[in-house]
Amino acid sequence: MSDLAIELRGIDKSFGLVHANRDINLKVRKGSIHGIIGENGAGKSTLMSILYGFYQADRGEIIVDGKPVAIRDTNAAIAAGIGMVHQHFMLVENFSVLENIMLGAEESQILNSSISKARIELKRLESEYGLEVDPDALIEELPVGIQQRVEILKALYRKADILILDEPTGVLTPAEADHLFRILAQLKAEGKTVLLITHKLREIMAITDEVSVMRRGEMVATRQTSQTSVEELAELMVGRRVLLRVEKGEAKPGATRLSLRNLTVKDGRGVTMVDTVSLDLKAGEIVGIAGVAGNGQSELLEAIAGMRRAVSGTMTLNGKPVEVTGTLDPAELRRRGLAHVPEDRHHVGLVLKFEESENAILGYHNNPKYRNGVLLNVDAIRAEAEEKIARYDIRPPNPRLKTANFSGGNQQKIVLAREMERGPDVLIIGQPTRGVDVGAIEFIHKRIIEMRDQGVAVLLVSVELDEIRALSDRILVMFAGRVVGERLPDASEGELGLLMAGVEGPKEAAE
Amino acid sequence: MDLFHTLVVLLESTIRVSVPLIFAALAGLFTERAGVFDIGLEGKMLGGAFAAGAVAAVTGSVWMGLLAAILISVLLSLVHGYASITQRGSQIVSGVAINFIVAGSTVILGEAWFRQGGRTPALADGARFSTIDLPFADSVRDVPILGPIYADLLSGHFLLTYLAFAMVPISWWVLYRTRFGLRLRAVGENPGAVDTAGISVIWLRYRAVICCGILCGFAGAYLSLAMTAGFVKGMTAGKGYIALAALIFAKWRPVNIMLACLLFGFLDALAIRLQGNPLPLIGQVPVQLMQALPYILTVILLAGFIGKAIPPKAGGIPYVKER
Repeated sequence: MSDLAIELRGIDKSFGLVHANRDINLKVRKGSIHGIIGENGAGKSTLMSILYGFYQADRGEIIVDGKPVAIRDTNAAIAAGIGMVHQHFMLVENFSVLENIMLGAEESQILNSSISKARIELKRLESEYGLEVDPDALIEELPVGIQQRVEILKALYRKADILILDEPTGVLTPAEADHLFRILAQLKAEGKTVLLITHKLREIMAITDEVSVMRRGEMVATRQTSQTSVEELAELMVGRRVLLRVEKGEAKPGATRLSLRNLTVKDGRGVTMVDTVSLDLKAGEIVGIAGVAGNGQSELLEAIAGMRRAVSGTMTLNGKPVEVTGTLDPAELRRRGLAHVPEDRHHVGLVLKFEESENAILGYHNNPKYRNGVLLNVDAIRAEAEEKIARYDIRPPNPRLKTANFSGGNQQKIVLAREMERGPDVLIIGQPTRGVDVGAIEFIHKRIIEMRDQGVAVLLVSVELDEIRALSDRILVMFAGRVVGERLPDASEGELGLLMAGVEGPKEAAE
Repeated sequence: MDLFHTLVVLLESTIRVSVPLIFAALAGLFTERAGVFDIGLEGKMLGGAFAAGAVAAVTGSVWMGLLAAILISVLLSLVHGYASITQRGSQIVSGVAINFIVAGSTVILGEAWFRQGGRTPALADGARFSTIDLPFADSVRDVPILGPIYADLLSGHFLLTYLAFAMVPISWWVLYRTRFGLRLRAVGENPGAVDTAGISVIWLRYRAVICCGILCGFAGAYLSLAMTAGFVKGMTAGKGYIALAALIFAKWRPVNIMLACLLFGFLDALAIRLQGNPLPLIGQVPVQLMQALPYILTVILLAGFIGKAIPPKAGGIPYVKER
């Protein structure tokens, strides 16, 4: 017996030229909640995948409960008592809860006896950990918070003593995240060990006992959570001092640039995703749209950007009407002063196989200054790309590099540079910092505020409530396709959280 | 009574032509539910039919013929598996390639071995399946209505015919009541869930592909050992594609598959029956229209007019572990 649940010694892993983990040492105390924090690409996920048997380390030792173990595959990890809750749930959507929990841990070839056994065991786990879930419900009918609970139950069903959670709160409402933390505290009380991987410093501070910081494949520090601060952790993650709070002055709203009246949008199945939404966006202000993912924000953005036809409603841009229910023409909207940073930069914002300089003019390639008769003026395009690379600190500074080879944060900067440098009147931005590391977040936030101060009307959609609160001058909360409330950015997180969950807040919308 | 008699004859031939469709569609069910699309049902069936005809002709044993059909069909399945599971190639391209290779090579080999223009020699009685009469079939034939149904419709089919219909509940049971079936369905929906549960995605998909091969082997053997006495070039005549259409039409469910195959089989039987016989009021129905009906119905289904056919979510996508 040992008081360490897991000890890693000298774990080293390379993928080709990428050295993902360098000589990692880590000690996780039994019965503790241990946070692992780091920017995207710092090697957290690789390390956890090694621990769960997805990959094998090139060098190094894994010691579980005092005994060295060879984790050659996932089965070995499960046998060693390690369970993992993946960021993207590993559930079969059209299976029942019970079937998902059983999958891979069935008792016998014929299912009947396995099902009844699993049902009994599930009941026991539910009552022991307070994880209620209907065993016969189909996964696709459950909210994400409950789906995550099923993932945790799956691990517990396999008798896991060590639970790895990879970015567990990304898809949760604040209330669901709080519930998750209570579950984790309960698991800890039962003697389980929890490894929490996240890039959200606030969560680390709220729930962990110890925290380890990774940077560029190395484990740079381990701290007692009670003896560290958000500022120190951020600095350890990035390797330099980071400004966590966004500094901004008072907004000076001007004329209305964009206005929507009763906009209604349906998805491909005919389900109403945006329900009679009205809003006004003025020059020189940032309006944030808060909400849990999937409550119509994406469809709203797409409708405004001319990518999705609205069923009814009107939109005016710079005082002139836009045919939102008729023929869509995103290019025409661009010419009229609308710039769009899409939520999904990989599929909508960029062509990953193109060079950086090509992506830097995407959608604006008909501009005469990029043309040489019918041909592209490659020299001019590259020269301008280089200029933007310098101004937005895009790394590596090579306009001819394939876009897929840039990190998430730098890819996002490529999109931002393209849209912001156009001098738009209205800028709509979806998830500006999704998959972007702390250092780049700081830069992106500053740029968005600068745009506002130059008189641009900014509509910001983000599932990160902190981001919405830090940047917005007004906050609209969307739930089930409707705008359920408007608040000022100093509204409490609890109040916004209730609105996001569809529960009416204490006071009426401050229209 | 004449109409009744006609109906019994029509349904009897419906059953006869439905059998290879049922085998092949169930074969497709196993692979597609595991996430491997298979457009090569046609080729496997044809390869199986050829192997059955050739081996039965040479050995004189129907069982050797059946075994050969299964072996060849499983072998072709493994080729498809290697291309699409191990090498993560395009499942459609691999399936089409198998169809073409088999269509050509059966003719070449048949001509080289037997010199009968791509046919295999006509099989003697011991080298092909004979029909089985159910007990008391003859004595109850004169009972009105039920008699002919029992004696002419249900009795007097080949062993493989009864096996095909038995395979429907068996496939259902395997898919929905066994561990193998649970895992197989899971791997067609979310292979990541299977992989993280500590089960090999690759081995599971290979097993599904082998099941497909076995069933296609039965379909092929039925064509050359039961329905006719020997292999004729191109004798599957698109049945693999019809089976694929039936599989989609049935929304990837075993009992629906049987019903869809019977429907398509009925249309086929009707087409043969109507050849040269004008229908009252409508007049002559072009046989091509009848033959196209299964595809037309499937297209109507896919267009969303008859409910929705949702394929297994991971179908057609090779599994790559994510980083």
